[in-house]
Amino acid sequence: MDTCPECNHHFPMAARNRVASIIDEGTWLEFDADITSADPLSFVDSKPYLERIIQSQAKSGLKDAVICGTGSLEGIAIGLGAMDFSFNGGSMGSVVGEKLTRMIERSTAAKVPALIISSSGGARMQEGALSLMQMAKTSAALARHAAAKLPYISVLTNPTMAGVMASFASLGDVIIAEPKALIGFTGPRVIKETIKQELPEGFQTSEFLIAHGQLDLIVTRQDLKAELARILGYLVR
Amino acid sequence: MSNPFDFLEPLVELESKIVELERLSETTGLSMSGEVQSLREKLSAETRRMFSSLTPWQRVQLSRHPLRPQSSDYIDQIIEDFVPLSGDRAFGDDEAIICGLGTIGGHQCMLIGQQKGKDVHERRRCNFGMPHPEGYRKAMSKMRLAEKFGLGVLCLINTPGAFPGVDAEERGQSIAIAENIRDMALLRTPVIIVVIGEGGSGGALGIGVGDRMLMLENSYFSVISPEGCAAILWKDGNKKDLAAQRLGLTGQELKRHGIVDEIIEEPAGGAHRQPVQMAHLLRDAVVRNLVELKALDIEELLERRYRKHRSIGMVIDQSVAQA
Repeated sequence: MDTCPECNHHFPMAARNRVASIIDEGTWLEFDADITSADPLSFVDSKPYLERIIQSQAKSGLKDAVICGTGSLEGIAIGLGAMDFSFNGGSMGSVVGEKLTRMIERSTAAKVPALIISSSGGARMQEGALSLMQMAKTSAALARHAAAKLPYISVLTNPTMAGVMASFASLGDVIIAEPKALIGFTGPRVIKETIKQELPEGFQTSEFLIAHGQLDLIVTRQDLKAELARILGYLVR
Repeated sequence: MSNPFDFLEPLVELESKIVELERLSETTGLSMSGEVQSLREKLSAETRRMFSSLTPWQRVQLSRHPLRPQSSDYIDQIIEDFVPLSGDRAFGDDEAIICGLGTIGGHQCMLIGQQKGKDVHERRRCNFGMPHPEGYRKAMSKMRLAEKFGLGVLCLINTPGAFPGVDAEERGQSIAIAENIRDMALLRTPVIIVVIGEGGSGGALGIGVGDRMLMLENSYFSVISPEGCAAILWKDGNKKDLAAQRLGLTGQELKRHGIVDEIIEEPAGGAHRQPVQMAHLLRDAVVRNLVELKALDIEELLERRYRKHRSIGMVIDQSVAQA
């Protein structure tokens, strides 16, 4: 579970471990495993974008920052997207947007709930406005999913920020966060520079967000699967 | 510190020469029409030359020009019978987003426009065009009103970004933007977006999902500001011109990627030099698009809107490549 046995601190969790922790054994079917990043802007900063991608792939063992698929959660069929912060900070470019959108569309077509476990610094700069527009693409797919009266649950983990938080991560029928995750729109460093003041204690943590009415629940990693099953038990028809 | 508009200096100099000659001619009674005429021609040629080869960073600077027309100018010039509507009915009124009923080219619609403010007082009230959550929520509630009564929606984007502050986070900046993006995707009335100045990231997209996205020639729409991008990726805020070039944030590049549908040309020298002419160009483009969209069946409209956003992005899909 990647948690501290002493204090139950939640360490970063790889997307594959996420899937294993949520999905019933032997039921997982991954979608679109071979979609990889193009380089629409031929982007080069200190190194070429595609070189960064290859490095992230080597580091994380993933093709991009999300894995998507379908499986059972305590016997309930769901569509699942699990993000991985170790791939380029979990950033959302065209691949993340496309894979999540396909997962949502498949869930809508199959009339099953969708679940996304987010972990991301936001939109991926190296794909420019194409990354930004993945916010619209994923949210539009969720709008159709919602119009079909199908559940979508969003789970926020450390960190969930910026373009990801300002799109699909904020659109759950139920929004759950892991304890002490950093969650927000603008990063704390930028806010501090803007207002030139110290930030409030615990600013942008899960506990701060729930106190400000922005979350439904904070759930520890150990309890997450059982809690999701209980909630879906009420929402699935 | 250098003036961001230094590159416009040759034009300003030519203009002041023309003014000077004209005054001289008036006070002395000497005709200098030949000289004035030749300077005017030079000014016009120089303007065309400079504006045909603007760099992306120069366009970003023009989009931020202090005299650039804002939402309130377009309302004054091309919206008839404007009825401002304020408030999100929950927290307050955010003046960074102007909302109201108005008529454009004979079409009744709901106008949603981001506003930076024209003078120091208005700029403070408008928070320099950086909306808080209540601004996005106000915009959505007025768009719902438009949907209910079959009015088209016109959104004018002009923001450096949504406000990055403690109070904005406390009131759910992310959630407000996300809900707008989702709800605009299915709003059952035509929605036209026009980027009139700065199109700063999620703060722009929060009123930026519609059937058509138009862009003024010297505006930008980007995932992050060139300064922010330079600071993060190059660890050097001075690389903003390079970042602006790489980010693909101009109308031409965005059109190539299917994000922008149409670029509205600006008058010679930029929108701020001919604001009235600019407003009429914008009105003509909006009305033409609105007429096209109104002719569509609502289900067809929504399907096209979905497909437009669905198709944005570029990936390599091995399964398709092999199939």
